[in-house]
Amino acid sequence: MTTHSTITHELPAGPVVKGKLSRDDIIMRACMGVIALYLVLTLAFPLYTMLSKSFSIYRVDLSQYEFQVSNENGQFDGTIVTGAELNAKTGVYTATDLSTSADGRIAVTKFFPDFSFRSPVLYQIRNAVPGGRFLVGSTLHNDTNWLELNSNDFRRVQLRPVKSTGLANFVNYFSTPALFNSIKNSIWISVLSTIVTVSLAFWFAYALNRSCMRFKGIFRLIAMAPILVPSLLPGIALVYLFGNQGMLRELLFGHSIYGPIGIVIGSIFFTFPHAFLIISTALAISDSRLYEAATSLRATPWRTFWTVTIPGARYGLISAAFVVFNLVITDFGLPKVIGGQFNVLAVDIYKQVIGQQNFEMGAVVSVVLVIPAILAFAIDRMVQSKQVASLSARSVPYQPSPNAKMDRIFFAYCTLVGVFIVGLLAVCQFAALIKFWPYDLSFSLNNYQFDKMDGGGWSSYFNSIKLGLLTAVAGTCIVFFGAYLVEKSNGFKTGRALFQMLAMLPMAIPGMVLGLAYIFFFNNPSNPLSVIYGTMAILVICSVTHFYTVSHLTAVTALKQMDREFESVSASLKQPTLKLFSRVTVPVCLPSVLDISIYLFVNAMTTVSAVVFLYSPSTTLASIAVLNMDDAGDIAPAAAMGMMIFYTNAAARIIHLIASRGILKRTQAWRSR
Amino acid sequence: MKLTSTFLTTLAAGVMFAGMAAAETNLTVYTAVEAEDLARYAETFNESYPDIKINWVRDSTGIITAKLLAERDNPQADVIWGLAATSLLLLKSEGILEAYAPEGVGELDSKFVDADAPPAWVGMDAWVAAVCYNTVEAEKAGLTPPTSWQDLTDPKYKGHVIMPNPNSSGTGFLDVSSWLQLFGEDGGWEYMDGLHQNIARYTHSGSKPCKLAAAGEIPIGISFAFRGAKSKAAGAPLEIIVPSEGVGWDMEATAIVAGTANLEAAQKLVDFSVTKQANEMYNTGYAVVAYPGIAKPVEHFPEGLLEAMIDNDFEFAANNRAAILKEWQSRYDGKSEPK
Repeated sequence: MTTHSTITHELPAGPVVKGKLSRDDIIMRACMGVIALYLVLTLAFPLYTMLSKSFSIYRVDLSQYEFQVSNENGQFDGTIVTGAELNAKTGVYTATDLSTSADGRIAVTKFFPDFSFRSPVLYQIRNAVPGGRFLVGSTLHNDTNWLELNSNDFRRVQLRPVKSTGLANFVNYFSTPALFNSIKNSIWISVLSTIVTVSLAFWFAYALNRSCMRFKGIFRLIAMAPILVPSLLPGIALVYLFGNQGMLRELLFGHSIYGPIGIVIGSIFFTFPHAFLIISTALAISDSRLYEAATSLRATPWRTFWTVTIPGARYGLISAAFVVFNLVITDFGLPKVIGGQFNVLAVDIYKQVIGQQNFEMGAVVSVVLVIPAILAFAIDRMVQSKQVASLSARSVPYQPSPNAKMDRIFFAYCTLVGVFIVGLLAVCQFAALIKFWPYDLSFSLNNYQFDKMDGGGWSSYFNSIKLGLLTAVAGTCIVFFGAYLVEKSNGFKTGRALFQMLAMLPMAIPGMVLGLAYIFFFNNPSNPLSVIYGTMAILVICSVTHFYTVSHLTAVTALKQMDREFESVSASLKQPTLKLFSRVTVPVCLPSVLDISIYLFVNAMTTVSAVVFLYSPSTTLASIAVLNMDDAGDIAPAAAMGMMIFYTNAAARIIHLIASRGILKRTQAWRSR
Repeated sequence: MKLTSTFLTTLAAGVMFAGMAAAETNLTVYTAVEAEDLARYAETFNESYPDIKINWVRDSTGIITAKLLAERDNPQADVIWGLAATSLLLLKSEGILEAYAPEGVGELDSKFVDADAPPAWVGMDAWVAAVCYNTVEAEKAGLTPPTSWQDLTDPKYKGHVIMPNPNSSGTGFLDVSSWLQLFGEDGGWEYMDGLHQNIARYTHSGSKPCKLAAAGEIPIGISFAFRGAKSKAAGAPLEIIVPSEGVGWDMEATAIVAGTANLEAAQKLVDFSVTKQANEMYNTGYAVVAYPGIAKPVEHFPEGLLEAMIDNDFEFAANNRAAILKEWQSRYDGKSEPK
């Protein structure tokens, strides 16, 4: 011993020991790089373009204009004054007046207090620098030549703003109460909807995973039903139920469904499956040894619930709350239909962009909307970072045992939720078949003549199916592989954290914003990627990116339940990680992989906000047809098209279920004893 | 060797050229015309020009205008056929339109043609504001039909009136700009303050108020006459009221997008758009068209509508648009129906 230490002592300091990258690690990092690049190109760059847009302001630069005024006889004495000098003298425009939108105009006659359009005085105006802009009537002048006008024409001169950068848009936003009130509205609506939805979804998921009640399969199908329709469909159903001509309007006791009440009820409907999917995944697998331990320690069921069940599912609950909050705050389809006079942020973006063509203010509202979402993201990450694998290689899967009383209570509860969901859908189908609500209640198929309505007709329906299939296939491959790489590769902490951040970002980005960002980024001739603008490809990319986060979370939740020991074992057997991925990980996680693909398919079928700016005449979509028909007041055809989307998605889900059954039998036999 | 290759290149070029001459030209046409009319428009056009194919991009006025502005530096459209003149004035002031005097433009009513020579846009037809009044629901609520804009501010109509948001709807904006022209700037805002008290909510689109009136959701919808006539034809218990002070209107118009690669075909389309044949085609849905003397009455259109059209100052509307919308938003936007 002593000799040994002496020898060590005499040796020079060796090089710092550093883990050598195996070929395997390099491949995995390269793959991760490719998927990260995809996210950067389809998410980070467009968003950056959008962000810079929010700082792009339009200001009338008065020093860019020069004027000459003649005497009564029409003779000029050669005195040249700039607009800035005139404004300094007369003080007619304040700095706020001069910072305006892209469409802003400033009349010049106010600079000349004794101006009269009848006077014989002549005026000359020019842009002092090239690129200045002014209008005579509606004709644009952007050269630097002097233009001589009589008084009557001079009153038609309007100065146009030039682009610059600054914070004026934000100042403008926060000084307009009609705009910033929406922040408060959006947040409280989202918080309320989140609390209600997550509570409802938890007990529903609990009933399905931890009880032995009957008809679990049917309830699971019903719970997933709202995911099969566009978010504005519950709004349409609520109009038929509680609108001024509604079937059950007395139930509201004089309150209007158009407003927060409608938004909250509709939001519970359309976010329910999202919350259910995540919580159910968390509750699906748990270690039965923990329950055995609780029983042997004589813990009451109540105590077991709070010390075993809830801690086991807490990451799922937090993720679900985070997902629901963001879905509600970023949704614009539902508040559009049922929001009435209640302004929310996602809708403000639409109004700014479509109504006023004020892209910059649209970008500002988007930035404001992203802040609560980023906060929610940060909190969620902090909590999630504490999660450890709950299913180790030695775990024993939990199997519920029958309990007649509890099973009956759960059954009654699930039936109530089921009636709410099925009821809203049935109302839509009923409305779609009525000839002219409420005056002619005979049945007719008139509302299915989509080719006669605004929205692209039947071809939009087939385009949607194509988009759904492409999104499901491409999206599942990218998302699951990406999630695997980021969860199971070694070292490379910064890279993986960055990737996680990119993967979580889409949830915070409202579809409207993503669509707008895509216009700015992809519809730019200097961008080599601009060839995809106006094609199906951009719709697929937009949909995959928009729905990346929930798919990613589903994949990560499933992968987290697989112990890293699998990787260690594979490494010690000298097997490449990618082989482990295809031979073990994918088969074990197959239920989640199938869930991801069906999730992407139905969302691509139902999304409105992500694609409303990006579709072209050859790629109109069914969901957008619903939006446009409702917007034009053709509510019944909108309901009809919405139900077509529902039936298509339902068919897809049935196929998915049959396929899952077959595959599960083959690959998941190890789960049950 | 070199000779052969030159010969081959010439031959190939010749073949390609011949191929191009025979091939049909595709025109991307942006429009806000109602979907059900588009196929008919394209068919009638193809009778005269079979080798030009129209690819429609149809959306509401606001979306099409936003699209054209966003695509300013990379125009996707060749022609705009059927977009509000106020939008075209805005596009013109951005230098997006290619001025062109179509053959036979002299035949049109001069108020339907851009004042510049050559004109940047030419009009097709006009759509005129009107009030849709649901007789069944109004009777239930004990209302009597209004006859003027001022009547609508009567407190008895509180919560029974619905109109489009001018920030998103061209129809809404033409109402607001017509009130400002009719009642003067101060009088116009004062009128809207009064009307606002009665408005149930502001809708996103211009046709929705009338459809909601037709469905009995809200008995009185401020919309446009064409929509009212259609809903009435579909069996809705509607009366279409022309307020006595006069009504605002806007026109649909046609223009070439600057920078189009298919200028010749685009010009042919605009030539066609001003012909008598084309105007007869517009007349199916619109009672007022640009070509004088050919308009036939349209079923269910209210009487006296033409006489009630105000002398609309489009330049006032376009140049004050931003300011008017800002003022409107700060006064009333809490009640706007979100999209």
